[in-house]
Amino acid sequence: MEREKLLKPGTYFMTGNTAVAEAALIAGCRFFAGYPITPSSDLMEHMARRLPQVGGIFIQGEDEVAAINMVLGASAAGLKAMTATSGPGLSLMEEALGLGFMLELPAVVVDVQRVGPATGIPTLGAQGDVMQAIWGSHGDREVVVYAPSNVQEAFDLTIDAFNTAEELRLPVIILLDELIGHGYGRLRVPNLDEIRIVDRKKADIVEGYMPFKTHVLVPPFAEPGKGFRLHMTGLVHDERGYPVIDRDATERLLTRLLLKVRANRDRLVSYEVYPCDGIDKAEVMIVAYGSIANIVKCALKRLKAHGIKAILFRPKVLWPMPDVELCKSVESYGVENVLVVEMNYGQYLYLVRAALLHCPTPYRFVSITPGFYPSPKELSERILRVLS
Amino acid sequence: MSQSATSRPVYRSPFDLPREEYLAPGHSLCAGCVAGMIVRHLLKVAGPNTIVVTATGCVEVSTTLYPYTSWRIPWIHVAFENAASVASGIEAAIKVLQRKGVIDPNKRINVIALAGDGGTYDIGFQALSGLLERGHKVLYVLYDNEAYMNTGIQRSGGTPLFAWTTTTPVGKVWKGKWQQKKPIAEIVAAHRIPYVATANPAYFIDMVNKFRKGLEVDGPAFIHVIQPCPTGWRFDPRYSIKVAKLATETAMWINWEIENGEFRVTVPVPKRKHVKHYLRMQGRFRHLTDKEIEEIQRFIDREVEYINKRLGKEVIGPLVE
Repeated sequence: MEREKLLKPGTYFMTGNTAVAEAALIAGCRFFAGYPITPSSDLMEHMARRLPQVGGIFIQGEDEVAAINMVLGASAAGLKAMTATSGPGLSLMEEALGLGFMLELPAVVVDVQRVGPATGIPTLGAQGDVMQAIWGSHGDREVVVYAPSNVQEAFDLTIDAFNTAEELRLPVIILLDELIGHGYGRLRVPNLDEIRIVDRKKADIVEGYMPFKTHVLVPPFAEPGKGFRLHMTGLVHDERGYPVIDRDATERLLTRLLLKVRANRDRLVSYEVYPCDGIDKAEVMIVAYGSIANIVKCALKRLKAHGIKAILFRPKVLWPMPDVELCKSVESYGVENVLVVEMNYGQYLYLVRAALLHCPTPYRFVSITPGFYPSPKELSERILRVLS
Repeated sequence: MSQSATSRPVYRSPFDLPREEYLAPGHSLCAGCVAGMIVRHLLKVAGPNTIVVTATGCVEVSTTLYPYTSWRIPWIHVAFENAASVASGIEAAIKVLQRKGVIDPNKRINVIALAGDGGTYDIGFQALSGLLERGHKVLYVLYDNEAYMNTGIQRSGGTPLFAWTTTTPVGKVWKGKWQQKKPIAEIVAAHRIPYVATANPAYFIDMVNKFRKGLEVDGPAFIHVIQPCPTGWRFDPRYSIKVAKLATETAMWINWEIENGEFRVTVPVPKRKHVKHYLRMQGRFRHLTDKEIEEIQRFIDREVEYINKRLGKEVIGPLVE
């Protein structure tokens, strides 16, 4: 019955926010807690309408801190849970994201970016939350950050995000921006059987169960109500979940938590090189992601008209970063100049810089004023100016 | 500090209010929005020596339309959750500057925190409670339109029972919000601050006098003002004041104040109307059945009984129509 209420296979015309919400329902999300914030409110409103229909639970919290912690609570109780917010809300959620990492609770946080800092411009998109998504929480934390660039990808990557969260038992972040969130686009929904959906590995032996004991990286999850004895704490803990102040236990826990992402890096990274065929050599490689990558794709044609052979390298997963792949692409295409184009004053630039540390290719940066999307013409002119 | 330096007279008619306007016209509040009226008269009462701290919300967004501002007094917009904290900081700084003689110690500077229901009931509640407990001399005005109207009519702690909002939709499973409105003024009164009041712009003289008292007391003051919202409550903009008036006439909204521990109802209602008159005017209650309306009516009856019992006399009368 629940399955009948999900989005039917077919082609749709919808906004990125709606696509994320529908993808979450297909991925099995049955709990959403949120707090109103432009430009992510309509995602929450959609969930408020849809979740009761599929037997899920929707709660509006009293603030973002409540929302994310409710999501963690729901996840600890065994449901696939999600929240959506924007930059200021993500700042408030950061502490809980660290907690979710420590307690190994799967959760998906959608950040529909807007201009910051502070209130900024709530109704215009930006890409200013990259650093805060990757490194916002205190302590050493690893996270997986998705950056879809159109409605279809918002749908696909949301399902991936839920799968990753469940598989690795950690909170993951989806970075949309206002343009993708509110912009309409084409969405093709495949047969539900064709969509790969992962559920967290459940523990089966109650006797002597230790919540954080594992010989692989991700411990099995104890379902509530099945008789497991569970002890969870945000303090550094041992295999039993009891707090410890011990060098070896600290080392063991933190390295295992970090390795969940670091050891799975090759599986997690995802990127696109555009145009994908017909080019074996390029003078310029543009690194861009999210909605800006779409504008870059259009600008590439204009650059070609000016006699510049350029390609786009677009990470779909911002973190873990496809740094090795970036370097390899630079070498294989014989790139002379790397150009980072972002709608901020240099955030992903730092990661690209680190990736190209041992690469002799020079890199340059084109900063787009947050909130003000350039036309392909404006962007190509700016790129030409930077290159000359 | 001299208390009587700029002591204001009791307002008996609209003509007693100063002619000066401190909220400039041309703001972009919706047609029929009562928030503009509330703020305009609040500033008339407060006068030029006033600093206003505004949390994110309708008033903040609409009065500061790029590249203009409607505020003719010093004004600061902060994040969503911290109007009370910033107001505390401003008040404490003024106190220090007056002690050190940088500012004239006899000069009375009003600090007003202005926030909507989302910024008070929900996300700003912690900051508000801190302000009240520390006892800063700040007047906190809550304009309550009973949902997050600025972000698109999402429910808040102030949304009444059964009201439709975009996050409490009406369908087969949900029938609007199923929780009661949080009694915020009573929660604030439990902090034992010198002045707490609820006000209704339809009872305008009562409202401005409450602003006056709130600015004069020595310590924190809190005024909770109902603000009918044509956009979110779904009614014709010309009926804003009518809806506000009906709120008091049906005792959905009771105008009371607690001044130094003394509780009184400032607008007695000798004959009370049935709540259906209030509910039927608004689209957000359009889905209600008679049974649900009776449930709301029973809740109001209990509230009225509680108020009358608390005062020891009948100030809110029986249901007549």
